[in-house]
Amino acid sequence: MLNDSLIEQYQEPAEKQYSYLNLGLTHPATHGIFQNVLKMDGEVIVDSVPTIGYIHRAFEKLAERRPYNQITPITDRMNYCSAPINNIGWHMTVEKLLGTEIPKRVQYLRVIIMELARITDHLICNAVIGVDTGALTGFVYMFQQRELVYEIYEEICGARLTTNVGRIGGFERDFSPKAWEKINKFLKEFPVILQEFDDLLSRNRIFMDRTIGVGGITGERALNYSFSGPNLRAAGVDYDVRVATPYSSYEDFDFSIPVGTNGDTYDRFMVRQEEMRQSLSIIKQAIDKLPAGPFHAEVPEFYLPPKEAVYNEMEALIYHFKIVMGETDVPKGEVYHCVEGGNGELGFYLISDGGRTPFRLQLRRPCFIYYQAYPEMIKGSMLSDAILTMSSMNVIAGELDA
Amino acid sequence: MEVPEQEKLVNTLKEKYEDEILHIETPYNFLTIVLRKEKIIEIIKFLYDHPDTKFQYLTSLAAVHYPDLKQIVVVYQLHNLVNNHRVRLKISLSEENAVTQTLTPVFAAANWMERETYDFYGVIFEGHPNLQRILNVEEMTIFPMRKEYPLEDQTREDKNDSMFGRNLEQNAK
Repeated sequence: MLNDSLIEQYQEPAEKQYSYLNLGLTHPATHGIFQNVLKMDGEVIVDSVPTIGYIHRAFEKLAERRPYNQITPITDRMNYCSAPINNIGWHMTVEKLLGTEIPKRVQYLRVIIMELARITDHLICNAVIGVDTGALTGFVYMFQQRELVYEIYEEICGARLTTNVGRIGGFERDFSPKAWEKINKFLKEFPVILQEFDDLLSRNRIFMDRTIGVGGITGERALNYSFSGPNLRAAGVDYDVRVATPYSSYEDFDFSIPVGTNGDTYDRFMVRQEEMRQSLSIIKQAIDKLPAGPFHAEVPEFYLPPKEAVYNEMEALIYHFKIVMGETDVPKGEVYHCVEGGNGELGFYLISDGGRTPFRLQLRRPCFIYYQAYPEMIKGSMLSDAILTMSSMNVIAGELDA
Repeated sequence: MEVPEQEKLVNTLKEKYEDEILHIETPYNFLTIVLRKEKIIEIIKFLYDHPDTKFQYLTSLAAVHYPDLKQIVVVYQLHNLVNNHRVRLKISLSEENAVTQTLTPVFAAANWMERETYDFYGVIFEGHPNLQRILNVEEMTIFPMRKEYPLEDQTREDKNDSMFGRNLEQNAK
């Protein structure tokens, strides 16, 4: 019971007191190693300072020392949720520099792999949004589906997470019948699970209350912050590299670009949901239209010859040696190539001085660019909303820190 | 971007900033304009506002070190999302005194891009709100992406590439 003397004793503090909270370094809700120091007024965030760079591995510097084919594994480790897009983006950059004509079949196979990668990327992001709102069930369902895609990767290139898929010029081998079987299995099973996941969350009252109007950003601000990918489209800007500057025959497929209106967590979730459906449709179209032909281009200076040829033909042996030792020179030039990565415009700005390694390789990492808007997006919101905003932006530490 | 459009853009820029343009090229069909360093921000602002150009999206900001020329080149890549035009602007700064103005008043995205460029190349962007290292530790005293810092330990003797026609000096690069 309050009495008057207690009220008399109480004095307003002369200055407003804020508390400071460390979100990160290894908080489970950050899904990666980066820190945010939050200045808080009660549970409301007044200001925040993000610190990044804890897993910086100097990719750009490493790339200046490595021959072109040895840079592919580096790109795996950027956005490791959709590594094949990074690999193929890099292959295409080098092919653009060399001026290589890529067979239609390779382009279609690449589209299939890249869209599978986009699905895994979005699937994890959306499942994690579910987890952060307290709905763990959907996460387990979706992770099972990711496993199916990883088995497809395994069948195609032998690896699961850091795929190093393909070569400069094409694929190391054609898709095996088993790989096609697994792709077809995924195409059959995934839409059902995706729909179930959608039913669980997208019209769920609790989920909607937690996500609508949380961490929103306007289209103008998003453009000023150079957002790209689903985060930009959720803010209502229909920019997609696949449509703006089609690469790898994306112009042959019929698909739509979902956009949101508010740029909030719910819109980002819904845009990713729809993009997964569009990706499925692209994969189906690519399989239907898949042309026959070779699974790699004729670039003997970059594409490893088959092993039997290496043992029996002089020419193949020489090329094998040159490729493995990184002795193939490339033309001088300056190219910028970008692909639509899981998180947005993934760009490779490559300057070659004609030597065995790039003179300079700059990686445009979409995460790094849009994560700087995070303090602005969470200002004035609750701590739990800040966590949701982060997971819905799909900040991947590997891509952030390069 | 087609050739007539590139010419149109260059003409728009020439109307006002003829003296600032040093060199124009189009490697791999990507319009690249080398400019004098003094008015770079003003020119980007001009391209941002001008109704014919409207380059309102900053794709990337990078630096390149040319040790032979003793220069650090800062590269801005801009994008007009409406017409899907891209342009690359370059300015060159001297190695010892790499100072230019900040782009943050025009593009909020330039904030971390400039911090990264400072972190790795030591380019100082005057007027930047918080020009600190971003990916490397604060205690670092060098700018590691400059070419004088080789990636590998130069005292290593077990890795002799001379049999491939490469001498140690080339290795250092």
